[in-house]
Amino acid sequence: MPERVILMQGNEACVEGAIAAGCRFFGGYPITPSTEIAELMSEKLPQVGGKFIQMEDEIGSISAVLGASVAGLKAMTATSGPGFSLMQEGIGYACMAEIPSVIINVMRGGPSTGLPTKTSQADVMQARWGTHGDHFLITMAPESVKETFYLTIKAFNMAEKYRVPVILLLDEAIGHMREKVTLPDYSEILIEDRLTPIVPPQWYKPYEITTDFITPMAAFGNGYRYNITGLTHDEMGFPTNKENEIVSTMNKLRDKIMRATSDISDYEALYADDANTLIIAFGSASRSAKEAVEYLRAHRRKVGFFRPITIWPFPEKELNRLIKKVEQVYVVEMNQGQLIDEVRKVECYHKKIVGINRYDGEMITPNQIISKIREAK
Amino acid sequence: MQPLVLNYLRAKKQFPHVWCPGCGHGVVMGSLIRAIDKLNYNKDNVVMVSGIGCSSRMTSYVDFNTLHTLHGRPIAFATGLKLARPELPVIVITGDGDATAIGGNHFIHAARRNIDLTVILMNNNIYGMTGGQVSPTTPYGGRGSTAKMGNPEHPFDISELAIAAGASFVARSTAYHVPALDRLIQQALENKGFSLVEIFSQCPTYEGKWNKRGDAANMLKYYKENAVPVTSRSKFSDEDMKSKFTIGVLHKIEKAEFTAEYQKIIERSQAQQKMNKLSSEKGENGSERKKQVKEETSTKD
Repeated sequence: MPERVILMQGNEACVEGAIAAGCRFFGGYPITPSTEIAELMSEKLPQVGGKFIQMEDEIGSISAVLGASVAGLKAMTATSGPGFSLMQEGIGYACMAEIPSVIINVMRGGPSTGLPTKTSQADVMQARWGTHGDHFLITMAPESVKETFYLTIKAFNMAEKYRVPVILLLDEAIGHMREKVTLPDYSEILIEDRLTPIVPPQWYKPYEITTDFITPMAAFGNGYRYNITGLTHDEMGFPTNKENEIVSTMNKLRDKIMRATSDISDYEALYADDANTLIIAFGSASRSAKEAVEYLRAHRRKVGFFRPITIWPFPEKELNRLIKKVEQVYVVEMNQGQLIDEVRKVECYHKKIVGINRYDGEMITPNQIISKIREAK
Repeated sequence: MQPLVLNYLRAKKQFPHVWCPGCGHGVVMGSLIRAIDKLNYNKDNVVMVSGIGCSSRMTSYVDFNTLHTLHGRPIAFATGLKLARPELPVIVITGDGDATAIGGNHFIHAARRNIDLTVILMNNNIYGMTGGQVSPTTPYGGRGSTAKMGNPEHPFDISELAIAAGASFVARSTAYHVPALDRLIQQALENKGFSLVEIFSQCPTYEGKWNKRGDAANMLKYYKENAVPVTSRSKFSDEDMKSKFTIGVLHKIEKAEFTAEYQKIIERSQAQQKMNKLSSEKGENGSERKKQVKEETSTKD
């Protein structure tokens, strides 16, 4: 398909990206503000020979997605706050059993039923620590409709490459906003597929500890009969209670992600070289933050900007380099302060770090950011 | 000659198993293996999905593609797997707590969809793995570690539940009626649609102990004496049946199967795509081709 220029919604861009990335299975449950993704998937997947199923709840949705992924398909689901809470047990299973999967969370206000039709960025910590136990996964947040398209593709690439659940944090504003997008020629998109075993079945170890901690994954029904379990397992995929096997499995799950941060991590920095003040924002809030930065720069304030595109693992090294040069840091987010704690971890409270927050369901505005920064002077 | 079941077990790696002496689950595993063997399934194709509980530990022991999932979720995992690869036979191993308490929602909805899964449900009226708590099938007045004074709740009849929810094949048997169980599982595997085999499987360790039902032999004797083949049901009054239960094929209907129906959706969507593409092609040529495609696709349904 040649390059196309389209006016589209964030949720639509997510579907386009998913199908371009090779997604062929969607299991979901209707929930505002993510429902358009399910509706479009039900229409578009069968056109490319893919499968769509509306499950009975979000626990069923994530479970069906993981089942389909074990069968060899690239699979995803989309939801919002309350549904994301229900999916946590499945996300934990995907971490433990190393099943590639993509979970789209179009954030809305919470806790509980909260604000179904309004925007929020309050699931940052749930994306990281929503399921129980030590675990490592990947989370990304786009700031525009166009970036939603590309990050959905990256989400699939990362999920398949690292055998891990990848969470894409959209929010109501990004999901429902319409923007002009230039979609590329799909043949030019880099698509990564999971490694499959090249050894004969009798030599296959489904959870072998390899040098990069990534193990090829055989789809069920392809001649490699093996066991998958949510119990802590040995290299053969069978339950274990042996201390050394438990530790090596736990380390594998961590190291496959944490030793690959240079491949996974992504961020955007503006005017950071000569800045004495740094504004940090992600997702839709960064649109207002960027506007504020431009305004303040035009008024001769030495303000820089940093946006983590990959939120988990958090781009600590990159931020650490920039944060050393500035005196004051502002963290702009549409919640009561979640990402700010990650920034504090990087800088250990040495610098003045101030949160600029909004959590009434509306977008944070450039004016709100500008006046807060001016107040400080 | 080695016993047939050994061809299907991960005998050297995964034994001894976790099941208690006298447990009925191993008998069920034997029946399932014999049924699969009779049907000549290729081991590489058979997918077995289980949840959490004593019965669900079966997936470790058999040499198939085995997926030991979350508590209550095996049917949901199996739904995704079956829809992704409809050509593979997918068997779900579950228990009364796994399928009808925590997993009740997935159970009834899979039956409603009539997706081609074969659910082997071992019903021992108790939570064995966690030490003998009452389950949704513990009888009214029955005892368990969370109902020492007797169960104040009423039980599900799981087979009736599956029938009401829309399953196309429902059978019941026990760990005593082994040859019949072999045949029922085979029939369930052959049915194209949601099939349930509910198997009363004794738990002497907890259910037997809490309810003073004696050892495994006594519990099997109870199954023997109180099972009424569904074909002989008319010989018993409703009053008699209060202390008895029916076994055999309880329900079998013809009903469109979900993954086959979904395949039709794929074909229809792709045909429509083709049509739309041709409509956008201008000139007589386009409309003629459109007619052709319409004829081709209308014969497919």
